[in-house]
Amino acid sequence: MTAASATPTAPHVYLEAQTRWRVFEIVFWLATLVPLVVFPSYLVLASQIAITALFALSLDLILGYAGIVSLGHAAFFGFGAYTAGLIAKAGWGEPLSGLVIAAIASGLLGYLASFIISRFRHLALIMITLGLGLLLAEAANSASWLTGGADGLQGIKMWRLLGYFTFDLYGYAAYTYSLVTLFLVFLVARRLIQSPFGLSLRGIRENAVRMPAIGAPSRAHIRKIYTISAAMAGIAGALLAQTTETVSLEALGFPRSADVLVILILGGAGHLYGGLIGAIIYMIARDQLSGLNPQYWYFWIGLLLIAVVTFLPNGILGGLAQLASRWRGAS
Amino acid sequence: MMMSVFGVLFDGFAYGMLLFLLSVGLSVTLGMMNFVNLAHCSFAMIGGYVTVTLMSQAGWPFFATLPLAFLVAALVSIVLERLLYRRLYRATELDQSLLTIGIVFVSIAAAAYIYGTVQQPVQLPSYLRGSFHVMGLTLGVYRLFLIGISLMITLILIGALEYTRFGAQVRAAVDNQRMARGLGINVDRAFAISFALGSGLAGLGGALAVEIVGLDPAFALTYLVYVLIVVSVGGLGSIAGSFAAATLLGISDMAGKYYFPELGAFLIYLVMVGLLMWRPAGLFGRR
Amino acid sequence: MSAPALIARGVDKRFGSLVVAKDIEITLPQGVRYALIGPNGAGKTTLINLMTGMLRPDAGGIFLGDEEITRLEPDARVKRGLVRTFQINTLFARLNALESVALAVCERRGIAGQWWKPLPAYRDAVDEAYDILASLMLANDCYRMTRELAYGQQRLLEIALALATKPKVLLLDEPAAGVPRDESTELFSAIANLSQDITVLFIEHDMNLVFRFASRIIVMVGGHILVEGTPQEISADPRVREVYLGGVHHG
Repeated sequence: MTAASATPTAPHVYLEAQTRWRVFEIVFWLATLVPLVVFPSYLVLASQIAITALFALSLDLILGYAGIVSLGHAAFFGFGAYTAGLIAKAGWGEPLSGLVIAAIASGLLGYLASFIISRFRHLALIMITLGLGLLLAEAANSASWLTGGADGLQGIKMWRLLGYFTFDLYGYAAYTYSLVTLFLVFLVARRLIQSPFGLSLRGIRENAVRMPAIGAPSRAHIRKIYTISAAMAGIAGALLAQTTETVSLEALGFPRSADVLVILILGGAGHLYGGLIGAIIYMIARDQLSGLNPQYWYFWIGLLLIAVVTFLPNGILGGLAQLASRWRGAS
Repeated sequence: MMMSVFGVLFDGFAYGMLLFLLSVGLSVTLGMMNFVNLAHCSFAMIGGYVTVTLMSQAGWPFFATLPLAFLVAALVSIVLERLLYRRLYRATELDQSLLTIGIVFVSIAAAAYIYGTVQQPVQLPSYLRGSFHVMGLTLGVYRLFLIGISLMITLILIGALEYTRFGAQVRAAVDNQRMARGLGINVDRAFAISFALGSGLAGLGGALAVEIVGLDPAFALTYLVYVLIVVSVGGLGSIAGSFAAATLLGISDMAGKYYFPELGAFLIYLVMVGLLMWRPAGLFGRR
Repeated sequence: MSAPALIARGVDKRFGSLVVAKDIEITLPQGVRYALIGPNGAGKTTLINLMTGMLRPDAGGIFLGDEEITRLEPDARVKRGLVRTFQINTLFARLNALESVALAVCERRGIAGQWWKPLPAYRDAVDEAYDILASLMLANDCYRMTRELAYGQQRLLEIALALATKPKVLLLDEPAAGVPRDESTELFSAIANLSQDITVLFIEHDMNLVFRFASRIIVMVGGHILVEGTPQEISADPRVREVYLGGVHHG
């Protein structure tokens, strides 16, 4: 089928076809139910994967779609984690409301930071996101009366989820909770990407200079998506705090920001599923190779980064998309 | 014992000179090609390990190891530039950051594998140890040496930039790359040479740093942050800017450690973010 | 008579010792087609940047209709109807033509901030984008990615983006730049078909375009305006011929 057909498809028909749920999407989400049935001993790992996937999704919205490179996104993850942890530690262990409050708190922090973020590009932006992340980590370290410092938050006790499910060592509640949250947030992200707002984000990514020339208030758009992304990252952090009943400084640190960046790039930024795929691969690999000295893990991660950037710059999903279009073009 | 103000200034200035040596190469190469090389401090780390190895394994005197620290770092950078960096000159900042972060991770793991994670000791020759007491002030000999070398290198750099043809090419390329190419300047070659020189200087800085701040595999990341602060605050491509920013950072950091130890690095990061917001192109930057 | 569409009054701009604009006085009455010509480096694109707000003038003012817009941000000026195209294609490489124009339409309609309903739900906006592309002969290729379009089509897409904002004053920066003779018919007719409600100022080196469409020509040299007049006056002016003896390269 070549493009030179007699009558091209009507525009809204074409666009509607773009928004439909693809087969692989349905397969993917059905497959997420598999651990509950087939790998119950891995449910704790599975919920970690779901949490990391959600965090990577939040980064994808700003990096993959709006083109904002952030080396400090863990700030919002950690802020959400500490908020949820502190609420529980103060005596209010109800998970769902804690989650909502953490989301609002992280979103608020993101909103404030967005006024700075939206004014810069290129190297200055990378530096500022790095600097803001480091600032928050340092502050958390110093404020050990609040955060517990290097020992982390102790004494978090979660109540039953929906009055019935406990977060126990078996992990059923934790995984279901994390998975459902991931899915709901994903639905929101998916709608957002397919909306006019999603289109304007891609416009900013593709050509930030052209945007004001078509009357677009780029900064306002960036502030909006940054706030939403921060709230999502905060939800992921809160999930971590609630399902593991601990929070430590590494939730905010640079290694976590770097890890989520690697995960997103591995899977492919700007495809919505890239962060999810990357999280699955990365976390499973790390779990399988957990006997390895952490030094050596970072050796392989470093090599992987070099390889991905050199040979597969659009990540796994990007590479697959290229293959798919070449296959479609040939047939 | 409370350190005198002079003591803080002196130590801070010496530390700043070290940061300058570590940063100046990155500032120039960033200014020339806008290539985000986050692995810059890996070259510094290489220089440090070269010095330590030569001294402890081969019994070399300290001074003799310094040129080698420079050379080995420069050579490694040339190899990496040929193999990897060259492919990404037109790539996005994100891709460049990711590639060079990958290199950092590999270098840290390699250093940990070869040397372990302990601090490396270095034995200074006797004439570099101790301190002078002049007019009631205490001047550490090594720090004086550090300041002396750095000032000398600064003068050489400025001289080379101003008075040699190569320097003129570098200045033109930093100022306006497109025009420089249009004028027939081989910008890629000038960049490759500057990159090697800058990485070599970082290696030298790394070697000199061992006595002041120690050396372990995490060096490549820990000091990256400081170097990035110097470069972004001082302005890309500006030697004077790097000098000023490094001095400012060195003294602030020292002052912070003595007068506000509870704040830790918080003050430094705050100053950086604040300065970047006020002047995104750096204090002496162009764009 | 209504107020002029666009006025630049006493505009100055310099970068250090380089003067790029000196005492610029331009008045565009409603609905005219004026051309801005001059040798390379005369400051023509800089003047457009000054008018659209991408550069701030050191002195002087820009007026759109009755309103002074000198302090306004670029996107605010677009909202008031002052729009430009770029000399070098400044397009959304990985968006297809339909998405690009639809984006501009959505921004104009103020719905680009909506994130709950999918784009096809805004049927009017999508259809409007398609109609604009159709008017420029781009409908058949509207689902192709911008970077896969032919160069001439990309130049047309530049204009499509500008038209999507429903401009009152349109500043075209070398619309025919780099377009080979045999591909420029669509471009010419696109410009000819521009509504009479739109005031147009175009920079061009292609004298065919200039003499065919412009009712008045402004000549700029070295940052200031040399002379302004009808095409007959300008082509007869010895100063203009002298300026062009140095050679403006026609495509």
